[in-house]
Amino acid sequence: MSETVFALATARGKAGVAVVRISGPLALWAVSGFGVNGLEPRRASLRKLRVADELIDEAIVVYFPKGQSFTGDDVVELQLHGSHATIAAVLRSLGNMEKIHPAEAGAFTRRALENGVLDLTQVEGLADLIDAETEAQRRQAQRVLSGAIGKRAAEWRQDLIRAAALIEATIDFADEEVPQDVTPEVGEIIDRLLTAFRGEIEGSKVSERIREGFEVAIIGPPNVGKSSLLNALAGREAAITSAVAGTTRDVIEVRMDIGGLPVTLLDTAGLRETEDEVERIGVARALARADAADLRILVLDPGMSPGGYPLRDGDIVARSKADLSKQSDGFSSATGYGLDRLLSAIQAVLSERAHGGGVLVRERHRQALTGAMISLESANALLYGEGASVELAAADLRATLHQMQILVGMVGVESLLDEIFSSFCIGK
Amino acid sequence: MKQFDVIVIGGGHAGAEAAAASCRVGAKTGLITLRRSGIGVMSCNPAIGGLGKGHLVREIDALDGIMGRVADEAGIQFRLLNRRKGPAVQGPRAQADRALYRAGIQRLLSEEEQLSIIIGEVSDFLIETGRVCGVVLADGSEIKCKAVVLTAGTFLNGVIHIGPEQKSGGRMGDAPSNRLGARLMDLGLARGRLKTGTPPRLDGRSINWDAVGRQPGDDEPVLFSFLNKSPKVQQIDCGITHTNEKTHDIVRKNLETSSMYGGHIEGVGPRYCPSLEDKVVRFADKASHQVFLEPEGLNDNTVYPNGISSSLPENVQNDYVHSIVGLEEAVILQPAYAIEYDYFDPRGLSPSLENRNFPGLYFAGQVNGTTGYEEAAAQGLVAGLCAARASLDTEPVIFHRSDSYIGVMLDDLLSRGVTEPYRMFTSRAEYRLHLRADNADQRLTPMGIELGCVRSERRIAFDSKMDAIETGRAKVESFSFTSQQLAVNGVRVSGDGVRRSGLDVLGSMNLDENTLVHLIPVLRDIDPAISRQITYDAIYSRYLGRQSIQIAQLKREESTLLAEDLNYDSLSGLSNELKSKLKLHRPPTLAHAARIEGMTPSALALILALVRKQGVVRAAS
Repeated sequence: MSETVFALATARGKAGVAVVRISGPLALWAVSGFGVNGLEPRRASLRKLRVADELIDEAIVVYFPKGQSFTGDDVVELQLHGSHATIAAVLRSLGNMEKIHPAEAGAFTRRALENGVLDLTQVEGLADLIDAETEAQRRQAQRVLSGAIGKRAAEWRQDLIRAAALIEATIDFADEEVPQDVTPEVGEIIDRLLTAFRGEIEGSKVSERIREGFEVAIIGPPNVGKSSLLNALAGREAAITSAVAGTTRDVIEVRMDIGGLPVTLLDTAGLRETEDEVERIGVARALARADAADLRILVLDPGMSPGGYPLRDGDIVARSKADLSKQSDGFSSATGYGLDRLLSAIQAVLSERAHGGGVLVRERHRQALTGAMISLESANALLYGEGASVELAAADLRATLHQMQILVGMVGVESLLDEIFSSFCIGK
Repeated sequence: MKQFDVIVIGGGHAGAEAAAASCRVGAKTGLITLRRSGIGVMSCNPAIGGLGKGHLVREIDALDGIMGRVADEAGIQFRLLNRRKGPAVQGPRAQADRALYRAGIQRLLSEEEQLSIIIGEVSDFLIETGRVCGVVLADGSEIKCKAVVLTAGTFLNGVIHIGPEQKSGGRMGDAPSNRLGARLMDLGLARGRLKTGTPPRLDGRSINWDAVGRQPGDDEPVLFSFLNKSPKVQQIDCGITHTNEKTHDIVRKNLETSSMYGGHIEGVGPRYCPSLEDKVVRFADKASHQVFLEPEGLNDNTVYPNGISSSLPENVQNDYVHSIVGLEEAVILQPAYAIEYDYFDPRGLSPSLENRNFPGLYFAGQVNGTTGYEEAAAQGLVAGLCAARASLDTEPVIFHRSDSYIGVMLDDLLSRGVTEPYRMFTSRAEYRLHLRADNADQRLTPMGIELGCVRSERRIAFDSKMDAIETGRAKVESFSFTSQQLAVNGVRVSGDGVRRSGLDVLGSMNLDENTLVHLIPVLRDIDPAISRQITYDAIYSRYLGRQSIQIAQLKREESTLLAEDLNYDSLSGLSNELKSKLKLHRPPTLAHAARIEGMTPSALALILALVRKQGVVRAAS
């Protein structure tokens, strides 16, 4: 009996429409979890998706019955509004359903092949039998394999096999002469790999930023002209401005291009202690978004102290109202004075951060490596932490290797044994 | 003419287990062997079990086989290996009294009413319309049957080497089965050559035991069979001594007289059981190697010095043995020797161990390229069960990587073949946390009951054990704790507000007996063996969830059958190398194809597409 799997079938990111595909015998069961029932085969219908009575989206839902679908299994497609939040909410709800799983790369195509929906000529025509949906991933994997990440991953894999072999040797040859204490070498390998994994994952965040956009938050006390700055930079009245302190309550986003980099500017509520409940929520939101943003621009009136604001290295302090203060390093939203310089400063910071982008450019790779890192951290804890358990650590090392497999290829247990026998004189 | 359902050729560990299994499912069985006294002989070291191997013995026992029961009654020293590690990697091992072991096997076989033992040498097979349907003995007589299980061990074209001397033989003191070997070659089966070695046997009375270390058995012996609780005979210690530079010098100086290093042996030896020559050459920086002195029996002075197998000439063996502390005066009763023998490529077998080209002919044991009594017995069990079931027109038994070490071994042999004698290790089992020695009965006895190979004594014992486990587990599970309650008792948990059941607590390892009983007082009323089992199951249950997805995927691949005549040449996208491998090995399922060296995901999908095009063959899953 085949499994039911789901995945976002359209590209990630904001779009008019996003399609989530669910394939397998439980596909109808899965959408009934959103309160969607009684679907007619092969007819698009507009349905409300609800989770625990909360409306998530109104979506076009299409049910392709077994034998008449792309994969050959029952398929339900949800055509959602393409916002990050909607997609995330739907995927999260599906992820919480016990009997269905996120699709691994190529799972839909594979199902299609297994069910005989795709024939050999179609498959051959694609030269390597993976259809459009996963073709990108395949090409990606191959490009990565032939490049830097492939070499690096091969080294990691070798290290992992070495560590796993050392551990396995202490398990399988307990009664024989595993001579050295393997602990220091394994510990060293794990530390080295964890550092490397963390670095790559950090780098991949940059790649993701380049694809999905940097967030730049404009923060500061009320009434210093944050919204005016946003409007001036955006070149339109995106935010309401007034002389009343605390006009901006919610976070306002504007997408723009700064020196070729995609940037989302965030205008936030002025930071101050307040009795107004709505404004207080706005302040909390401002702080949260500012914290998560890639860069913060603190806007201050001339003469105000920048102390006490949540700034980090590289963040920018900008003095507003230069038309009034005549301060040469300030800016004026009214006259446009100093805006170029501010933009250059933002661009300089972001460009520098756009360097050091990782080679793991896709979410799938990052997921594999993150999975590898989690398994390896767990192995580390099981080997050197309290209540050490070598067989569970070994299982985690295998899981780490499995993630490497997903990244680059296969590893058989024979390579473990080869490593063991070439290292130790084992055998009575 | 005599007529049987199943004929088993050979009375070693594979043959004995095959014959017993065949009888248990009700087939009229004949066991043909060269000598009655050779049945159940331990021709190498006097020990059963170990890591991976002990798991196999437990699985054999779970299916009501004979190896575990006999090892228990012949066991003179029991040790649970990896006792300080988790239960998933603990393996029972025992020194066995050779004479008691052999007698035990012979007694159990003699109790089988369906079994006839025939003394003779098989020289040919009867083949009718491509099916093997009987055997011909050397005296020309014929015996008809529906299935034949071949367990010829090292007897096929066996050659024994001692230094530069060689003679043909199946085991020291036994003639080889060359006629059968030649006949099998005529059938055109792919064969290879392997070798294995044994150490010199010493007279225990000539060993200075005071000069060597002692290795006692466990204080609380853990037995093999789920039916046994304690050893039957007197328990003994083993000795430990070491080789030294002088030993190594002697070996180095005489290397060219070693049959292996002198180039007299073409077969490949096992890396995990290196000869002394191998140790000295390959690990030259190591100044000393352990030697275990294992008594071969309670009433036997022979000692097996485990760790110094060799194919050096007899006089050199004398010298190196005498260079070892405690063995200065040791008398060699039987010199060390290496034996070379034929094996048949196991990739030519089906999962029931039946030859794909000669239906009705099953292969088990060393003929398939494995080493070890346990590996042989486990295959014997499979071949015996499958041959008997085929002769009774019932479905074969299928073992999976996800349900047993037996399944792991069969799958390894069938999909990868062998390049050195194949031995089981726990690291071969990717589902090791699930495939434990302690739960072999839970995994396999229900299947055995369904197959009809488990007799009433075991079925009753199993049912009552499972009842006790279920009852105990329910009692423990009914307890529930907040993180605070646990923290007060010194149990480290994250304060996530999730309540933990008694089972969670029991499974969270490293809690001492007192804390556990304090938290879950009902444990005091549960039989210790039962509560231990509940604990072991609980420890790993958390880790099994993530493996279950992988297992499901594997099962799906295993249920996609690849037809024998699949036209791999028609796949233009496949590399020539992969094509020729696929044509050579004809993997029976997609899962097997996936494990061929060099296989890629793309190639697998191409194969799958071909299967679809040429007509869907799908097993019930």
